[in-house]
Amino acid sequence: MAETSIAGPAIIAALKLADIEFIVAVPDITTSQGLLWPIARGDDFRLVRLCKEDEGVSVCAGLAVTGHRAVLLIQHTGLLDSINAIRGIACEQAQPICMLVGLLGKEPNLPARQSQSFGLTIVEPILDAMGIANFCIEGAPGIALLPAAIERAYASSRPMAALIGQTVSP
Amino acid sequence: MMRRDDCIRAILAHRGDAVIMAVYNAGLDLRRLSPSPLNLYSAGAMGQGSSWGLGLALGVPERKVLILDGDGSLLMNLGSLVTIANAAPKNLYHFVFENGCYEANGSHPIPGQGRLSFAGLAREAGFPHSFSFNELARFAPEVPRILALDGPVFAALKVVPGEPSPQDYAYVNSADRVREFTAALRAAR
Repeated sequence: MAETSIAGPAIIAALKLADIEFIVAVPDITTSQGLLWPIARGDDFRLVRLCKEDEGVSVCAGLAVTGHRAVLLIQHTGLLDSINAIRGIACEQAQPICMLVGLLGKEPNLPARQSQSFGLTIVEPILDAMGIANFCIEGAPGIALLPAAIERAYASSRPMAALIGQTVSP
Repeated sequence: MMRRDDCIRAILAHRGDAVIMAVYNAGLDLRRLSPSPLNLYSAGAMGQGSSWGLGLALGVPERKVLILDGDGSLLMNLGSLVTIANAAPKNLYHFVFENGCYEANGSHPIPGQGRLSFAGLAREAGFPHSFSFNELARFAPEVPRILALDGPVFAALKVVPGEPSPQDYAYVNSADRVREFTAALRAAR
């Protein structure tokens, strides 16, 4: 039986394992209670609150070139809104933009590509077309992939996206 | 009205060890006037210069970060004023060259040309210091005082283009340029 929530503390532990210092975020209801609120209330990371997601691509790039690791925490609608910044900065300027992307409304037992939501169906094909490494987190096995994926992004100076397929619980 | 390249010269005279993020024609002028390895350019995703600058400022708090932005560029990322004011980096100095048009795209007028107050937008967004200049004789002597303030600081500079600069967008946008900047900054710290 598919899991219907993801453990936020496990994601936070994975981010700490990957030496993430900054969380750069626009709120997303998929990750709000389990990730962003605990991050905001804790002192494990420095939180940068954005007005709009594409700002975060550049903020993370500025941090990367100064030697600081960051994660951009957004919703998939914000990812879609930020495609040009991701294209120009993450892809063409080869910056290790690491994105945690909440898939708002994804059905628990369906891959995003088979969702009833058009917006969800196009996320992975767009990332694939842009050559951006991506995987979906539906539970503990997906979370376990996160530290190594972030390490690869910084080692290769390439972007990556971890898609959060279920609501994250505190 | 001031020439953009004269304004950049006035800023460069007091640059010190500051990092500069410059967009579009301001970046091309900067490269012509002072091709420092600590220059970074943003011309591939319009509007992103201010946000690049915020990331830089958070990443190198011991060093001033100067953003040389355009009015059309800033209009594409106006929310960044609020984000920057909220993050409140003391080392961020945001200069906006206000030529009233999208110079890199045919010089069409920006919305609100001549009516919009960029200094007012920054002030209401929460910048503790916000200025507007339209005469070099007033701006140039003020640069040291502006750069001595705790940031974030904003200054709108009403300009016309100066001498044309080489339009080498491929260079300023390249991943190699970012790698050179990253290496130079690491060596300088």
